[in-house]
Amino acid sequence: MPARFRLVAQAVAVIVAIIAIALIPSVIELFALMQLTLFAAMAVLALSLAFIWGFGGILSFGQTAFFGLGGYAYAIAAVNFQDSTPSILLAIIIPSLFAAILGYFIFFGRISDVYLGVITLTVTLILFNCVNSTSGDEYRIGKALLGGFNGMPAVPTFNVPFYPDQILSPEQSWWVTGGALLGIFLLLRLLLSLPAGRVIVAVRENEVRASLLGYDPRKVKLLTFILSGAIAGLAGALYVNWGAFVGPTIFSLSLSAEIIIWITVGGLGTLLGPIVGCVLIEYIVAYIGSQQALNSNLVLGAVLVVFVLLLPKGLVPTARDLLMRLVPAPKPKAQHADDRVPPPVAASHMAGAE
Amino acid sequence: MAIYLIVALDVLNGISSLFLLCLGLAIIFGMMKIINLAHGEFIMLGAYATVISANAGVNIWIAMLVVAPLFVGLVGLVIERCLIRFLYGRLVDSMLATWGLSLLIIGIVTTIYGNTQQGVPTPLGGFSIGSYQSSYYTLFLAGMAIVMMAVVYGVMSYTRFGLIARATMQNPAMAATLGVNPARVYMSTFAVGAAITGLAGGLLAPVSGITPGMGGAYVAKAFMTVVGGGAAILSGTMSAASLFGAVNQVGAFFTTPVYGEVLVFTAAIVLIRLLPQGISGRFFKGNL
Repeated sequence: MPARFRLVAQAVAVIVAIIAIALIPSVIELFALMQLTLFAAMAVLALSLAFIWGFGGILSFGQTAFFGLGGYAYAIAAVNFQDSTPSILLAIIIPSLFAAILGYFIFFGRISDVYLGVITLTVTLILFNCVNSTSGDEYRIGKALLGGFNGMPAVPTFNVPFYPDQILSPEQSWWVTGGALLGIFLLLRLLLSLPAGRVIVAVRENEVRASLLGYDPRKVKLLTFILSGAIAGLAGALYVNWGAFVGPTIFSLSLSAEIIIWITVGGLGTLLGPIVGCVLIEYIVAYIGSQQALNSNLVLGAVLVVFVLLLPKGLVPTARDLLMRLVPAPKPKAQHADDRVPPPVAASHMAGAE
Repeated sequence: MAIYLIVALDVLNGISSLFLLCLGLAIIFGMMKIINLAHGEFIMLGAYATVISANAGVNIWIAMLVVAPLFVGLVGLVIERCLIRFLYGRLVDSMLATWGLSLLIIGIVTTIYGNTQQGVPTPLGGFSIGSYQSSYYTLFLAGMAIVMMAVVYGVMSYTRFGLIARATMQNPAMAATLGVNPARVYMSTFAVGAAITGLAGGLLAPVSGITPGMGGAYVAKAFMTVVGGGAAILSGTMSAASLFGAVNQVGAFFTTPVYGEVLVFTAAIVLIRLLPQGISGRFFKGNL
């Protein structure tokens, strides 16, 4: 019975989320809609790190490497083809190939914790330095001028698949971005409920035990890494579509740091938490930026320190624990079932938060 | 001929400044297995302390060699008491908290002094080799690197504090049963590491542009050098700093400074792949 109730609740939550995404453009102003589109693109990036860090146990300090590669791959391809359909595909394929090579190097070299952090960080810095120094006419790929520190302006945005003349309106862009966020969320949730997802978590919990049970932790981690790279690449394409611009700061350390802050604030080991954290923090940063009273670094830093010290689990797990205490569950099993319900509900909640 | 001398001086400069930059982080990482991602901001604070006291009329040498390490050492002490001591043994949390701390310090300094570049004139003059110019300050930095190495070696090997610190590093539980209070050792080690970092910031103040965000340029390099060096504080850091400093300067000489940096990062990745425990994990096992 609880299992069936859970399924129904989840289905309702997904439908609510879809309706919210569909209706938002007719409710809010264009500026707020553009901001929401940006938040949704960033939330996809947050999901990519939330997946490998929270469920794969791999803390990558260079998730922006894949994000930036995706963004640049999309921009270069879109300028050359003048059609976004193959460009989006390239924005997913190129970062996943890069993740495959880098991941092979890392995991089959049995590099872990701090060392993995150093490698992902330095790779991001290499990309930043290289892209930053590509100003000048000699650095072009096809028709696309890389532009060095100034980046690539006027990148063609998304169009209706296979109809390059029909550029998406801001509303349609929001539907695509919000839909991608919901789609990735559901995809990851589905993956984690399948046996393959259990293996990923098993490797995070105990590598030796997982390998004694016959799984190859290196292979599992590599595949997790590639999937996360692909998602980050897609986020990069969505981001470029939002601003029609890509520059080397997309590879910057501060953005890498921000993703980690989103996840710490929202809750590590959940998929919903990072989305909530991302929207919340990005909203605060945007608000501070418009106020000019406080420095955004100051607030971000204070938030991160406070969360690590006082609320190390993050918002979503803490809220869930509080709810659990308020609503006494009749059976432990039912309690477990309740456990699973909130995510999609709150996903729609998040979409309607503005 | 003169050009080779200049390149050699550049390499010496690269190695000594990298070593000075990393020493404080290496002490903190080697002793307590805490990665302090606010390291770059400690450097920045040292540089600001130097510039502000020097511009207020304090002798530049006193500002650099006394004010900067004292100030940053005190800041380190406060931070250890308020933040770091809750995070021993939690590597990832300590990285996150110190990352937050670094943003916080950048925010505070930006709010007080604004996002503008400050500076002090480089003391000591220059000299020429053939048709090239170089400054005596480069030689002074190399001298300071050697002095710091000797001081850390001397303190660690021949004093009671060094003995207790090394014992606590090797086995905190055993040290505690012998009457040492590990919490106090950690506290003072963190403050000493911060003070050395502040000193490095002060020493580099005359030769770098000082902005609230300057730490970001150093933290990745320092992090990479310390991890590449491995657990041994002196030999590990010195060997990694020599390798990366030399690669950077030689690479920059033959190509551009940008590709010099790229070469260093590539070297770091290859090094960690070949020696996952760092240089000292393989060659200077058990050394200081």
